[in-house]
Amino acid sequence: MTGRNGLLIGGSILFAILIIATVLLSVEKFVPPRRAESTPPAAVEAPTATAHITATLFYMGPDGRTLLPVRREIPVATLAEVLGAQILSELFAPAPPPYVSVIPKGTTLRAFYITNRGDAFVDLSPEVSTAHPGGTVAELLTVYAIVNAVTANLPSVQRVQILVDGKEVDTIAGHIDVRRPLARDGSLVKGT
Amino acid sequence: MGRLRGTVTFTVAVLVFLLALLPQAQAPATPFTLITRDARRPVTATVVNNQELLALDDIATLFQLALREDAGAGSATLTYRGRTIVLAANQPTVSVNGRAVSLPAPVVQQGRRWLAPVEFLQSALAPIYDQRIQVRRAARLIILGDLRVPRVTARIDSPGPPTRVTIEVAPPTSITATQEGQRVVVRVDADALELALPVGGAGVVQQIRPGEQGNTVVLSLDGGVSSMRAVPATPNNTIARLTIDLQGGGAAAPDSADASAAPRPAIPAAAPVDLNEILGPRKTGLTVVIDPGHGGADTGARGRGGATEKQIALDVARRLKTLLEMRMSARVVLTRTDDTAVDFDSRATIANQSRGDLFISLHLNTAPSPDVSGTEVYYLLSDRELELTRTEAAKTTVAVPVVGGGTRPIEVIPWDLAQARYLESSARLAALFAESLAARLSVSAAPVRRVPLRVLKGVNMPAVLVEMAYLTNPAQEKAARSDDFKKAIVEGLHDAVVRFRSPGEEAPIR
Repeated sequence: MTGRNGLLIGGSILFAILIIATVLLSVEKFVPPRRAESTPPAAVEAPTATAHITATLFYMGPDGRTLLPVRREIPVATLAEVLGAQILSELFAPAPPPYVSVIPKGTTLRAFYITNRGDAFVDLSPEVSTAHPGGTVAELLTVYAIVNAVTANLPSVQRVQILVDGKEVDTIAGHIDVRRPLARDGSLVKGT
Repeated sequence: MGRLRGTVTFTVAVLVFLLALLPQAQAPATPFTLITRDARRPVTATVVNNQELLALDDIATLFQLALREDAGAGSATLTYRGRTIVLAANQPTVSVNGRAVSLPAPVVQQGRRWLAPVEFLQSALAPIYDQRIQVRRAARLIILGDLRVPRVTARIDSPGPPTRVTIEVAPPTSITATQEGQRVVVRVDADALELALPVGGAGVVQQIRPGEQGNTVVLSLDGGVSSMRAVPATPNNTIARLTIDLQGGGAAAPDSADASAAPRPAIPAAAPVDLNEILGPRKTGLTVVIDPGHGGADTGARGRGGATEKQIALDVARRLKTLLEMRMSARVVLTRTDDTAVDFDSRATIANQSRGDLFISLHLNTAPSPDVSGTEVYYLLSDRELELTRTEAAKTTVAVPVVGGGTRPIEVIPWDLAQARYLESSARLAALFAESLAARLSVSAAPVRRVPLRVLKGVNMPAVLVEMAYLTNPAQEKAARSDDFKKAIVEGLHDAVVRFRSPGEEAPIR
């Protein structure tokens, strides 16, 4: 059962979730792996009965060296963790044309959680390393597309720690230090 | 019954196989030694009809050629980067890229084994090979690449005291001697040596043998040696000579030794000196650490054409090492010298323990789009949090006990803060590299960037990471594999190191 299904029911359940959110606010929370069925981009952009928010996702920039912020419709979730997981799952899905994804193919979100210090943990499947082309620029874009997507859309998160297969790693492809939580890097973002 | 027949068949097969090998086994020759920039490997030679032959499959492995046999046509083909050599059994002529080249003896086919005269390397392979190939038959050496391999002859002229050893180098090359405890290390400014050393020792010299490094000769000494004197000379323009006089141990020895040395006016009486300082090549005292990225199972980036980051990075690192050693007499340390995996902290440890003056990490880039190209130079972008604690960290001192009592304060720097102290000089180094490379290659529009690079964090010296080219860009991948590109990178980095070392001086020290 995931947040999206919960939302599809009525306002009373939404209210119940809000109460749970309040109760668990100071506890580290855990969200199971990404939704069994990822929402196709077309379905997301079409207005449905479900409430949506406009989130900023990051794709390859026009010069190939920077990130391009793109506004996307994401089903709203009241729990920051659920929303974060939905945003990341959208980022990991194939990019809608004409955008170019900077996330290695096959990468999935294993888990997403937020500590009460404002650090988010993004646990990725091993493909983020094994399917990565290597090279500093490509790795920099992968890391900061994730860090920026989380920090730009979830005001409660200041920094993002990337994990691979549940474990801390030095780097995902040999260059960028991801041993500690990383703050948003606006200098990499270009264009609108 | 069936088993017995099987055993007999197997035995016969083995005997036939051994008989086939017999002509070669009967005529083994002294093996050759293949010298490359970083390794020495034995190459087996076989004598057939008084001709020394090399096996084609050995040649293919050593020179990275593709060997294909056409059993029907009775020919074999060696391919190297689209260039081919076709050999036919029992023919003394081979086709080299469509041109006929004659050999002193025919090519021999023994079963599946193909053998060609040693001359094949110079007359057939060398013309199509990217690197120089030299065969020194008398010395049993095959030299691959532009290596300086002078001939070094050593002899003991007099058992002494003092014991006099003469070392001659042809062609003339800079030669130095240093006493290191129970031995004297003679260093020749060369990549490898062709040695002619005497058997056994005399006087205080027990033995003269090749050193651990390819360009050294070691004189093992018998007990203590109180003084050493080395006098260089260039008697003519074909050889350089170093005459070493060694005085046996014991406090009383020098006086009598000086008396016996009197008839040799060439040897002035003096206290032991650091010969390297006087006779050696002009030392800059600079230590450069070169870090070829990735290695082993970690291939790094890969181009569509098959170029691998780990291989190109190592090749460029070796070339840069040679150039810095030759032109600047710098001490150069590589964090990996072959295709092995080295973790990030080990790379920093090697650099820090070598007390390097600067650290250059060599990599190749990738981008999500094949259109992105250009050389880029990065230095560390450290966490803001770490930078804030930087000043605090610099103040941390620990008192350590010293010999003879008392303590001495030493500065302690947390590993991950090591590089944070050098950000200004790393920025200057990156700017110099970018400028120097821009004069030779196409660099990105903004070639200097700050990136949170894992490998630079613990490096306790000015440090940069050079992304030489984008392997995702087909034109750049092709360029990155070329000799011209590697030479341009190496020259550019060398000139920047010279300028970094001496800010006022624009001309490189040659």
